[in-house]
Amino acid sequence: MTGRAPRDSEDSRPRNTIPAALAPTATYPNLRRTILAALALAALGLLAFAGVASADLATPESGGSSNADDIDTLYKFVLVLAIIIFIAVEGVLVYSLIKYRNRKGAVAAQIHGNTKLEIGWTVGAAVLLVVLGGVTFAFLGDIRNPPNSSANGYNGPGTEPVKFASAEDRQPPNGRALRIQVNGQQYLWRYTYADGDDNRLNNVFAYTEMVVPTDTTVTLAIKAQDVIHSWWIPQLGGKFDAVPGHTNYTWFKIPGDKAGQVFRGQCAELCGRNHANMVATVRAVTPDQYKLWLAGKKRAIETGNKAVIAQRKALFPTEEDQVTEDSAVNPTP
Amino acid sequence: MAEVDTTVQSTTGVPQVLASKVERPSEGWTSWVTTTDHKKIGIMYIVTTLVFFILGGVEALMMRLQLGAANNTLLSPEVYNALFTIHGTTMVFLFVVPIMAGFGNYFVPLMIGARDMAFPKLNALSYWLLLSGGIVFYASIFFSPPEVAWTAYTPLSGAAYSPSGGVDAWIFLVHLTGLSSLVGAVNFYATIAHMRAPGMGWGRMPLFVWTILIYAILLILALPVIAGAATLLLTDRHFGTNFYTPGEGDPLLWQHLFWFFGHPEVYIMILPAFGIISEVLPVFARKPIFGYKAIAAATVVIAFLGLLVWAHHMFTTPSPSVVLIFFMLSSFLIAIPTGVKMFNWIATLWRGTIIFKPPLLFAAGFLSLFLIGGISGIFLAIFPIDWQVHDTYFVVAHFHYVIVGGGVFAIFSGLYYWYPKMTGRMPNERLGQVSVVTMYIGFTLTFLIQHSLGLDGMPRRVYEYQDLGNLELYNQISTFGSFVLGIGILISFYNFIRSLKKGAIAGPDPWLGNTLEWFTTSPPPQNNFDEVPRVRSVEPMKDIRRQVERQSGIEAGEREFTRS
Repeated sequence: MTGRAPRDSEDSRPRNTIPAALAPTATYPNLRRTILAALALAALGLLAFAGVASADLATPESGGSSNADDIDTLYKFVLVLAIIIFIAVEGVLVYSLIKYRNRKGAVAAQIHGNTKLEIGWTVGAAVLLVVLGGVTFAFLGDIRNPPNSSANGYNGPGTEPVKFASAEDRQPPNGRALRIQVNGQQYLWRYTYADGDDNRLNNVFAYTEMVVPTDTTVTLAIKAQDVIHSWWIPQLGGKFDAVPGHTNYTWFKIPGDKAGQVFRGQCAELCGRNHANMVATVRAVTPDQYKLWLAGKKRAIETGNKAVIAQRKALFPTEEDQVTEDSAVNPTP
Repeated sequence: MAEVDTTVQSTTGVPQVLASKVERPSEGWTSWVTTTDHKKIGIMYIVTTLVFFILGGVEALMMRLQLGAANNTLLSPEVYNALFTIHGTTMVFLFVVPIMAGFGNYFVPLMIGARDMAFPKLNALSYWLLLSGGIVFYASIFFSPPEVAWTAYTPLSGAAYSPSGGVDAWIFLVHLTGLSSLVGAVNFYATIAHMRAPGMGWGRMPLFVWTILIYAILLILALPVIAGAATLLLTDRHFGTNFYTPGEGDPLLWQHLFWFFGHPEVYIMILPAFGIISEVLPVFARKPIFGYKAIAAATVVIAFLGLLVWAHHMFTTPSPSVVLIFFMLSSFLIAIPTGVKMFNWIATLWRGTIIFKPPLLFAAGFLSLFLIGGISGIFLAIFPIDWQVHDTYFVVAHFHYVIVGGGVFAIFSGLYYWYPKMTGRMPNERLGQVSVVTMYIGFTLTFLIQHSLGLDGMPRRVYEYQDLGNLELYNQISTFGSFVLGIGILISFYNFIRSLKKGAIAGPDPWLGNTLEWFTTSPPPQNNFDEVPRVRSVEPMKDIRRQVERQSGIEAGEREFTRS
């Protein structure tokens, strides 16, 4: 507040002259040229953009599962609408700014409003949103509800229909899906594969990389054991938070021609210092390869358990009865 | 004011300042520390929050530097996590919300023809509480700053996973700044409800005052919720309660309570920005605001709907479908009044005679950028799409378009618009032009590409990333842009400091404004007005100028101006 302005009473300047601050500056003749140059630059920028656009610049990842593809299609539909609205509104804005800039002899129209016009664009906006809502609902079923596994998919142990399912645990129409429990923990993902029996201590489990059969509907029950994490493999559909004390559900079904591919993702909810490195991958294999992998993994776990038991026996001979094969290396089923 | 006096009717009904004794006005720094003058408090608010804005900006640039290369090791994860926590908290609690209170403090009494706020001492209290909150929070960087993001989700923010005092400093900040805002909100409400100039009914209140009124009501409704939620977090952390413990309590309870405050908070930040734009556009288009009633009504509707959309921040949590659908549709609804405002603003420019002074340039920047933020908001409201882009850089881009492209551009528009009133000097026009263009380009470079980052799978709040696809290229574009944006902002700050001494003398009404703050001197005297004119329309100053023309017979300023 160093600038001491003159007091009102000292201000002898008549009020109806143009204040110096409002006087037009000499930049106006250049305005058109500046705007043209800016538009040309913007067009060039867009072209450059289009070059990089090949790599999903403006749409979500997809291609690994039909729900991700449906979200992608829905997104593209909204994007087209959005671009139309953007160009229309931004166009009228830029047009008004150029066309109605102050020029010699121009007089501002003293309009206070136009009720019909205002009701018109309110209704217009509402109609647009009804359309968006309608389209979303049309896609919703296919995004939320898993299809049946294909005929050539995996239907061995672990795909038996469950007796009781949460309302949010969407099941395929025939009830058969490979069920995997995902458990988020600082800072890795653990996967427990259902095996059809009620003993939950002898299931096959894996960390970080989830191996799944193609052509098979895989349903995930997502949990967390410490803080909140978020399961997200972009190409296999949206993300679902892993919240301690809750179970979240999603599914994916990888088509047969994607066998051998690895889909990459990572935790999407801040979970601590190493959040950035809490990655998850899903490796798609054929159902036959999956059976081999499952058997191999089961053997490896059994061998590991036996080794641990042997070690424990050597270390704590009196404890031997308390250590079973299952509880040795499978502490959190 | 000789010729104006004839138009002015003496005031009745506005509380008069009565004095039992006259004290020597204090000078120097004590005059600031002890002041209860709404204008001085307003300036302290604005200066303090701009300092926090710079701090928050430096934190942002440090983060952008870290992300300038894949697998960068410039910052450690704990420093990076602390940076985004402090950045977000600063920008929300210590910059955008309180600077609106700063503008409100300075200009609400002036615009409604009052001589101060209703409770001047409470007003001073609310400023000092804000400053204390900021100091308490920033002091934590010397010990152990919080690393839990500005949303402080439980259980991560619980004692088990964040044992250090950083989260407690954050809770303390929430309480102090919350109390500050609450006290301020009650003050605004009382001032606006009771101290308007004669003739200024609700339908003649300036639109900025409308938005500050709604801002105050939203603060009163939303802040007690976060205060309660943060207190529960505090007792969970230190006194053995289990409100947010999985099993006994529920971590999702925190999210519901936080966002029940957090989403109205977005409108608390953006509605006063809308108000600034609604004041600036008519003045520089030389045309009345298009659809005054619709804009005022849209403000009320946005505030109401803003209380009903909180769980759209929680679309990826385990929630029943009916909840997801409800919050998608309620979020859709909010697009309607927001769209109405947008259309009315553009219609205000239509067929005007637009003068491209810095306030208008920033307002035009606001319109074009906020539009993008609004449109990307529609994507996020559709919950299946949100499942893909939630918690990614797409969301980061979206809310920066709203809060920076919208809020900050409106704040700068307001700073340039009101600078002459607050300081008595004009800000340099050329520097203002350079600043707005630099900021616009820098902003677009920084944030447009972040949509693509998110769509390509980059989550937010990660201190490093692998060089997959184009991630590194996109991040480098964003980092480069952020420094351009920073330079643009600095140019304006330089302008504001330089013009304090070098700016041209502004006079009482340099922009030929519409509202009553331009009726008094620049800067206004301590009591604001010797006499308060009777208000006959939304644009009392225009009425006064017309009356002067009629009575004095001197050529009209308006016509003279448009002819030149």
